[in-house]
Amino acid sequence: MRAPQRELGCWGEREERACEPRSASWGAAVSGTGEARPESTWRTLRRGLALSPELRTGLAGTLGLAVVSMAGRVAVPVAIQQAVDRGLRAPGGPDLDTVVTIVLATCGVLAVTTVCGYLMMRRLFTVSETALAGVRTRTFRHVHDLSMLHQQEERRGALVSRVTSDVDAITQFLQWGGVILLVSIGQLTVTTVVMAAYSWQLTLVVYAAFLPLALAVRAFQRRLAAAYGAVRKLVGAMLAAIGESVVGAGVIRAYGVAHRTAARLDEAIDAYRSAQTRAMRAAVTSFSAGELAAGLAMASVVVVGVLLGVDGQLTVGQVTAFLFLVTLFIQPVQIATEVLNEAQNAIAGWRRVLDILEVDPDVADPGANGVDLPPGPVDVRFEHVWFAYPAGPPVLRDVDLDIPAKTRVAVVGETGGGKTTFAKLLSRLMDPGEGRVLLSGVPLDQVRFASLRRRVVLVPQDGFLFDTTIAENIRFGRPSLDDDGLMLALAELGLAEWVEALPRGLATPVGERGEALSVGERQLVALARAYVADPDLLVLDEATSAVDPATEVRLARTLDAVTRGRTTVAIAHRLATAQAADEVVVVDEGRIVQRGPHEQLVREPDSVYGRLYAAWLEQTR
Amino acid sequence: MADDGVEVGPTHRRGVLGRGLGVLWRAVRDEPRIFTVAVAGSCLFGMLTIGTAYVVGAVTGRVVIPSVERGQAAPAALAAGAAALLALSVLRVGGIFARRLGAGIMQYRLQARYRRRVTRKYLDLPVAWHQRNSTGTLLSNANADVEAAWYPIAPLPFAVGTLVMLVAAVGSLFAVDWVLALVGCAIFPALFSLNVAYSRRMAPRQARAQQLRAEVSAIAHESFDGALVVKTMGREAAETARFGERAGQLRDALIQVGRVRGAFDPVLETLPSLGTLAVLVVGAVRLRQGAIDIADVVSVAFLFTVLAFPVRAIGWVLSELPRSVAGWDRVERVLTATGEMPYGTSTLDDHGGAPAALRMDGVTFGYDGGDPVLHGVTFEVPAGRTVALVGPTGSGKSTIASLAARLVDPVAGTVRLDGQDVRELSAPALAGTVALVPQIAFVFDDTVRGNVALGRAGVDDDAVWQALRLAQADGFTSRLGSMARDCGARCAHSSRQGGADGLDTVVGERGTSLSGGQRQRLALARALAGQPRLLVLDDATSAVDPRVEAAILAALRGSQTRASILVIAYRRATIALADEVVYLEHGRVVARGGHQALLATVPGYANLVTAYEKAEAEREREKAYDEVEVPG
Repeated sequence: MRAPQRELGCWGEREERACEPRSASWGAAVSGTGEARPESTWRTLRRGLALSPELRTGLAGTLGLAVVSMAGRVAVPVAIQQAVDRGLRAPGGPDLDTVVTIVLATCGVLAVTTVCGYLMMRRLFTVSETALAGVRTRTFRHVHDLSMLHQQEERRGALVSRVTSDVDAITQFLQWGGVILLVSIGQLTVTTVVMAAYSWQLTLVVYAAFLPLALAVRAFQRRLAAAYGAVRKLVGAMLAAIGESVVGAGVIRAYGVAHRTAARLDEAIDAYRSAQTRAMRAAVTSFSAGELAAGLAMASVVVVGVLLGVDGQLTVGQVTAFLFLVTLFIQPVQIATEVLNEAQNAIAGWRRVLDILEVDPDVADPGANGVDLPPGPVDVRFEHVWFAYPAGPPVLRDVDLDIPAKTRVAVVGETGGGKTTFAKLLSRLMDPGEGRVLLSGVPLDQVRFASLRRRVVLVPQDGFLFDTTIAENIRFGRPSLDDDGLMLALAELGLAEWVEALPRGLATPVGERGEALSVGERQLVALARAYVADPDLLVLDEATSAVDPATEVRLARTLDAVTRGRTTVAIAHRLATAQAADEVVVVDEGRIVQRGPHEQLVREPDSVYGRLYAAWLEQTR
Repeated sequence: MADDGVEVGPTHRRGVLGRGLGVLWRAVRDEPRIFTVAVAGSCLFGMLTIGTAYVVGAVTGRVVIPSVERGQAAPAALAAGAAALLALSVLRVGGIFARRLGAGIMQYRLQARYRRRVTRKYLDLPVAWHQRNSTGTLLSNANADVEAAWYPIAPLPFAVGTLVMLVAAVGSLFAVDWVLALVGCAIFPALFSLNVAYSRRMAPRQARAQQLRAEVSAIAHESFDGALVVKTMGREAAETARFGERAGQLRDALIQVGRVRGAFDPVLETLPSLGTLAVLVVGAVRLRQGAIDIADVVSVAFLFTVLAFPVRAIGWVLSELPRSVAGWDRVERVLTATGEMPYGTSTLDDHGGAPAALRMDGVTFGYDGGDPVLHGVTFEVPAGRTVALVGPTGSGKSTIASLAARLVDPVAGTVRLDGQDVRELSAPALAGTVALVPQIAFVFDDTVRGNVALGRAGVDDDAVWQALRLAQADGFTSRLGSMARDCGARCAHSSRQGGADGLDTVVGERGTSLSGGQRQRLALARALAGQPRLLVLDDATSAVDPRVEAAILAALRGSQTRASILVIAYRRATIALADEVVYLEHGRVVARGGHQALLATVPGYANLVTAYEKAEAEREREKAYDEVEVPG
């Protein structure tokens, strides 16, 4: 007999025992979006094991050890029964030798089960952590392999929780929930066998006492699941509210709306608190039901046990052993309510991870089947390309276009006209719905990523910077570049002076997302990063929109000089870019409406470009 | 987040224990009543646990043994025994309810209380403070750290009740038999020390795992944030290696945690069993000596069985203390942060909404005590006039905009509105006077109406529409409304109330996402809706295309707005709006005056604003040159 309620240390008494850092310790990680789709737990488990075959390593051995260590639990009640009947109540007074023999034998059993317990946990932790670290890293990579469209569908916080709290939930399940469930079932079985060996009548009594609880377990579990579901939802809402108050601090201050923000925060914080309290109440209720069932079982065992004892069917030791066995019986039932709930969460987390892992990237690297871009300058061909975002109208309609190698093309048009989509198709961040894109005559989806990403570089408007130095950020474009090479590149771009004027030069930290630099400065770094990557096709999507005109013109000129011999496609709403280009492509409502050099397009009367240029002139002259 | 490590070195462990108890004491002072209820429940539970053991013993000794020996049950005694067991069980449930619910309510109340305090502080602290702290850190201060600080509250009442119970148990053992009591005296302290040793072994390993979790999470956050750059540069493998390395460290740390647990858990489980077995042997000896009876042996054996688990509660409290202290330290750092920019009490006479005058005198400013980015800046926006702030990238223009709206205070010099130092103005006076439209628009996760009105008094739907029209944002707002209507249930998430006219459409992260230009127009509408007397535009239309921008400028130029305007811009048309231009270089005002005058006298300015023309002219020249050259 072991300490009753032992495992409840982590599960049954969850609120009192912060067993493992839970999802909240991942900071902003929100544990998942939406509720689980109806898929059976077994199917998820099978999928999970198929994707992590490492988990099976030595599984049989670990389970064997678990069963042995669990068997130790019934050793003590048996020892008590033996000691009472054959030792303490031996005819002619307590028989010390017998008691010592029984006790020593039990000690031997305990030594074995304790060692087995240690080995079991050691194996379990090593195997599950190793397997899940693999899942974590693979999921991380897979998220990066998904297309931009897919990445955008999910909230960023949700993607992060796929590789953090969701994986943790699986670990917890494997290390505690799953094993505990198995062990509990084993414990119920072994306890039942021992009880039945003593007295089948008394065993029935115990079962009868627990019957109401067993029937109620499902109801309790449903209630718990609903309560914890609400908690998870509200913690997400609370984190969103806190996030907003942090990220929007400037606006909140500038508009003097701290009171309104505070009220929204309080509401979210209190809603979360009440949900936590409700969940706790549900958990305590179901736990208490187990406690009551145990009391009922004890009382029944005493009454029926005595009657059977009087009848001569049971010894005193056996009745006593039963009282101890009842405490072993109650654990699995109590655990079931809470572990099943945890297991559901873990399974849902596992399912979310698997759902990500099993999505085939829709913009996939052709890998070994692919080809490299032929060396030399790149030309571009769009063949009747159509594109629509999911559930949206077409953004590009029948775009058919040739860009000869070594030309500089500007794409202009009104916001929402499809310019950025054009840039994304060109660098294969997305694939067209219809038609195809060819670079140097090779269909884009047949080009190996290793070749594509080296030869084609897109500079987006929001030049995201990593939280490190300027030098490291630029080196992201070419890791092998040393500091001299960096300075040389910056000098070629005419940015050396700017960097040298910074307090720590190349070693200046850029802050989170680059926020220690001004918006324009961030774009300069992003441009330098793309420049050192030395692509043959450079795609600039409003890459200098926040830079002052003098710097922009200077950059444009130096880029012209240094990118001569490469193909450049620049998307811009500052028409200065268009004026400098070899050719201008005007996009309006998803179609190419005009093409040609600036001088020619300006002369076309009443054209889209004419109107754009007139507005531009009005603004800049 | 790397600087937030929970370092629990063995050297200052003792300090941690003392400080941890200090944190617990604070919690008790904050929630004395509910704590009392929980501890009372826990003590009740403990006493009943001991009681149950003796009742089990008594039932065995007085009911089971006599009845079986005599071959005849004593119905009264049997009923009394059964009733006693049942009654104890019911009372224990009462104790469990009081203990667990009390502890839970206390923990959740403390969490909520400190989340409110921390977020209040965020709202009070100036923007400069926010800039010094990463978003991730502030989020985890208000969430994970508050949670960690109050983790030990959950098992605290249980642990306190257990201490009481242990004392009572040892006392009761002595009442039964002093020799059996000695077994208890050996087992309980051993159990207790084992728990303490366990916590001590565990705490630093847990802390390390926790630290690595934060780092893994930070890498994932950053990497997914920059997914586009990672993709376009083809650096997925390098990023995966960066993540995988840290995930591997986390794996090793977690395995270390598992090994400690694997070593201690089975022993902790076995130790009370050994106690029970010892009781059998010692009990047999004492029984032979006639000092005790079998009921006593059973009672004590049962007592050992049921006491083992509660003793672990003490271990849980101890093992959570280092984390609690680390969390509390970080929470306290926020709560005691200084540098609030308290508002003054002065109000401004708004002269019936007449434009306000802005004046900066000798303003010097540096971020975070670093090198100044502004040096003695002096200029004025007279009431009703428009001033353009022009300067190269990184010359300090945005900083001036922040100073004008008092998001930051100058290190030296003054910023005045209508002659009054902005530091003396009350919050409503300031917010009612100045509106800043930042370079990067922030959109709340709220409806269009909520984003524009911000719950400000006097901003009704008409005012919102009026502002949206001025900002050229009425068109897409209406379109959002009709889109929400058209797609109906399928995209119900984008609209809470069906979005009859677009104002109810939820935008922001969980709603419809807007393009950069749309976000800027929404932010502009937000500023205009408050009918400010001074409008500060920080390159606020950079993502808006030329034609829409022209329309916005035309509207601002019109008579609908009665505000002084400070505008940061590069474009001629915007500069043309201005009565005066202030030209900035390297944080100093280089020149002030009319556009034409500056164009003629200030080469840097001329260079900046005529850059496009010059470039064009140069191209023309080159072309002419080429044309001359080519035939030759």
